[in-house]
Amino acid sequence: MRALERKLIRDLWYMRGMAIAIAVVIMCGVATFVMSRSTLDALTNTLRQFYSENHFAEVFSSAKRVPESVAGRIQALPDVDVVETRVVAAASLDIEGFDEPVTGKLISLPDEGDPRLNQLYIVNGRKVAPYSDDEVVVSDAFAEAHNFKPGDRIAAVVNGRRKQLTIVGMARSPEYLYQGSPDSIIPDFRRFGIVWMDRTPLASAFNMEGAFNDVSLTIVPGGSIHDVIDEVDHILEPYGGPGAYERKDQVSHFYISEEIRSLGTMATMFPVIFLAVAAFLLNVVVNRLVQTQREQIAVLKAFGYSNVQVGLHYLLLILAIVLIGVAGGLVLGIRFGQGLAGIYAEFYRFPYLEYSLPATVVLSALGVSIAAAFAGAISAVRRAASLPPAEAMRPEPPPRYRQSLVERMGLQRYLSQPTRMIIRHLGRHPIKAGFAVLGISFACGLLLMGRFFTSASDYLLDIQFNLTQRDDLTVTFVEPTSRRGLYSLESLPDVEFGEPFRAVSVKLRNENVTYRTSVQGIKPDGDLFQLLNTKLNVVEVPPEGLLLPPFLGKRLRVAPGDTLDVQVMEGRRPEYRVPVAGFIEQYIGVGTYMDIDALNRILKEGPTISGAYLAADNTVLDTVYSELKEMPRVAGVSSRLRAIQDFYDNMGANMLVFAFFYTLFAGAIAFAIVYNSARISLSERARELASLRILGFTQGEVAYILLGELALLTLIAIPIGFGIGWGLCLMVAESVQSDIIRYPFVLTRDTYAFAATIVIVSAILTGLIVRRRLFRLDLISVLKTRE
Amino acid sequence: MNNPEPTQAVTRSKEDVVFEARGLTKVYDMGEVQVHALRGIDLDLFRTELVVMLGPSGSGKSTLLNILGGLDTATEGTVSYLGRDLTRATQRELTEFRRYHVGFVFQFYNLIPSLTARENVAIVTEIARDPMPPEEALDLVGLSDRLDHFPSQLSGGQQQRIAIARAIAKRPAVLLCDEPTGALDSETGVVVLEAIERVNRELGTTTAVITHNITIGDMADRIIRMADGKVSEIEINNNKRPPSDLHW
Repeated sequence: MRALERKLIRDLWYMRGMAIAIAVVIMCGVATFVMSRSTLDALTNTLRQFYSENHFAEVFSSAKRVPESVAGRIQALPDVDVVETRVVAAASLDIEGFDEPVTGKLISLPDEGDPRLNQLYIVNGRKVAPYSDDEVVVSDAFAEAHNFKPGDRIAAVVNGRRKQLTIVGMARSPEYLYQGSPDSIIPDFRRFGIVWMDRTPLASAFNMEGAFNDVSLTIVPGGSIHDVIDEVDHILEPYGGPGAYERKDQVSHFYISEEIRSLGTMATMFPVIFLAVAAFLLNVVVNRLVQTQREQIAVLKAFGYSNVQVGLHYLLLILAIVLIGVAGGLVLGIRFGQGLAGIYAEFYRFPYLEYSLPATVVLSALGVSIAAAFAGAISAVRRAASLPPAEAMRPEPPPRYRQSLVERMGLQRYLSQPTRMIIRHLGRHPIKAGFAVLGISFACGLLLMGRFFTSASDYLLDIQFNLTQRDDLTVTFVEPTSRRGLYSLESLPDVEFGEPFRAVSVKLRNENVTYRTSVQGIKPDGDLFQLLNTKLNVVEVPPEGLLLPPFLGKRLRVAPGDTLDVQVMEGRRPEYRVPVAGFIEQYIGVGTYMDIDALNRILKEGPTISGAYLAADNTVLDTVYSELKEMPRVAGVSSRLRAIQDFYDNMGANMLVFAFFYTLFAGAIAFAIVYNSARISLSERARELASLRILGFTQGEVAYILLGELALLTLIAIPIGFGIGWGLCLMVAESVQSDIIRYPFVLTRDTYAFAATIVIVSAILTGLIVRRRLFRLDLISVLKTRE
Repeated sequence: MNNPEPTQAVTRSKEDVVFEARGLTKVYDMGEVQVHALRGIDLDLFRTELVVMLGPSGSGKSTLLNILGGLDTATEGTVSYLGRDLTRATQRELTEFRRYHVGFVFQFYNLIPSLTARENVAIVTEIARDPMPPEEALDLVGLSDRLDHFPSQLSGGQQQRIAIARAIAKRPAVLLCDEPTGALDSETGVVVLEAIERVNRELGTTTAVITHNITIGDMADRIIRMADGKVSEIEINNNKRPPSDLHW
């Protein structure tokens, strides 16, 4: 090995503290990037794989009752590939030991063989035997929530008759990866389950022999999906179909792809910001590091090493650090990526995971890191190498210190000599100090960004479940009923009072933009459900017109005062023109609201309700549940408190898991940056500080000069970091807006405090480490060498 | 020239000139003041001779040496090495000049702390043409038993001798020593000077030693006195003494 290479290795070892800190910054940047990209890749690939293996359909439709012969007409359509007809029905399920009402969606399987589309992936147990009368397979999430084992029995109440069913297996289906119930977009696996059984018994229970009420199909490659949808609609119209829709509107797929999309935005933005910040910090740190080597550069040059050779030497040194960081980042990123993808796979109920690391991810991480490090190193090496060696070997001329502004104002008598030294030193090196501050600020900003989702989630829940939704229970009826339904609910002993609502699914249209959602008619002066405007004041529901979130307004390109076409997706599917009355604040889902009387009038019905919000005694909710369960008309009950819990367990967890890792990495970066600033400061000023010790300054005073500066820089950096973090969060909040959830741009005081605390703790830890080194300064060496 | 060309036992012809400086001026911009380090120096250095440059600090000796060695550039005037104009040389040419022709010894040794004695020499021999092995160079300065020691494990005198070994291992045509004994006690200083003298004698390397220690002048062929950025006197020493005879 050549001497220069040995020098490289030993130098690296000698500066290992700083090298590690730099490597950590790169490692965090790269790990974030690799983790995010690979997780996202794994999810997308797995989803695609799962869909294709289980023959997920591309077009779906339902109807009231269609003779089986009609299936042949659909099959005969040009562009249609495979057609599968089914019987699908809702039933209330009776589960032993669980008192609350449970809704089951019963789906038919062919009596013999596997379905041709939407096949089941059996997780546990076995498939339903051919022509079995009582065997069922249930969705595994539902089974897990109730701890079902193969052989367990449940009862279904079908058309008023109880039917005993035996669970023989648990399955996942591409159709129900996401299992929101009709009542709530937040999945509730305990109160909503999918039940698959053979077609014959199901058809006979629902009077569907020789008929179907659900059809799904695939399209031949290159076929026109829109033509097929139009034709299917045309065929099914006489049978009361609400309209066919394609895969992108299929509930499960829609939610999962929306979630992966917002995850994707987050997984693109965060790592890019992380990597950019890491690159910037790397640049600053490397620059300073090379500057401390000014003398050695001069010696090498004095002995005839060329600028290029010296430059390469330092670039290699930096490259070694970068490679260590990138390697660490890859290992960590893959580890975390696999773990995270595993969590998400579990979350979305993918039965397996296709994890791979695309080469482009590795290469771009490597490329960005090396480019950033070299950019930082090259300017410093060039500066050091451009000096004639004789000059570089001489100590730098004493910098032109001046009296600081503070002193010119005559405040110095309040400041000790060491304090004045701190202020003058900062004043003398404003650029260096500026970069140090900026580095710490960015780290602080990243922390804020990492915590943003936690902060926003808490706020969102507070608005959604304390200010807007204020009921204890929401009850949905099997089908719309008269107001008397409300009175029967209110007459339950533990229910204090109730307020009715009417919900109807609709298709909203403005010019050629359409959106499928629901309109909820509510009481204008209700207590249990209040709408808020964008300033969070309670909105008086106007007697006419629709209230909708600005998100939907933007999508449909309407503002208050405009008019929308509203097509009711029930019955004969009438269409009305309804004015937009105003915008409301809404973070979860996309729903629209209007006065319940106005909605009843539009629907040309009497005072009809779909369900009710109930205020009940929270201590006896269990009793209320069992009472409600006894009521045949009740289809589902959801509890506000449970919804909050479900949010954290499901939707919230989605973002929060990622956010947790980001926070972790941001914390590591914060520490590495603060530590590095202090260490480089120490190596730059070791001689000066040792000289002061010789002159009689105490260890404490000398430590104060160095660490006081660190403290001052940190304190200046925190508010700037708040500003940077604020901007980053604004960007993030804007970009992860989706139909499912829209995070409000809110940073609570706790979030700020959290970021500041991590930075300050990093500074204190650094202070302790650096102080120890400072106390070990070799005073004699200062006397021996020049200066 | 301030002084007439010296006549002495060794005749100096034009071909023997190694360095030729004419009207050399150097102005430093030191913060808020300008320092005139050299104010028009005319000087020749000859093949194989050992000159000692004497002068108080600030007299310009180090500046002169640095410019001769291609470590620094003159503000005005010319300096040529074996007929090649160094003042017009490019960075690349200066680097090559330092790499193949000049050996430096600095007052504070300037060893690479992360390299052993042998490696400190090797770092120079690895880029030289026809160098001697690092071991041989270290043997020449009496350090063959310290090959694998790091600078921090060696005394100041030993470190300076490594620096000399490093400077001469490439068999340079000129050896420039800036206060080589400045940081050493007299006993150690003599050992270091002996190493320099031996290199000059055995390898015939043109050697210039800067010092403010008048005694050291006694080992020189010529003594060049400097004051205030100018050569004030050149003295031919007809009574050369070996370093071992020197005491201060």
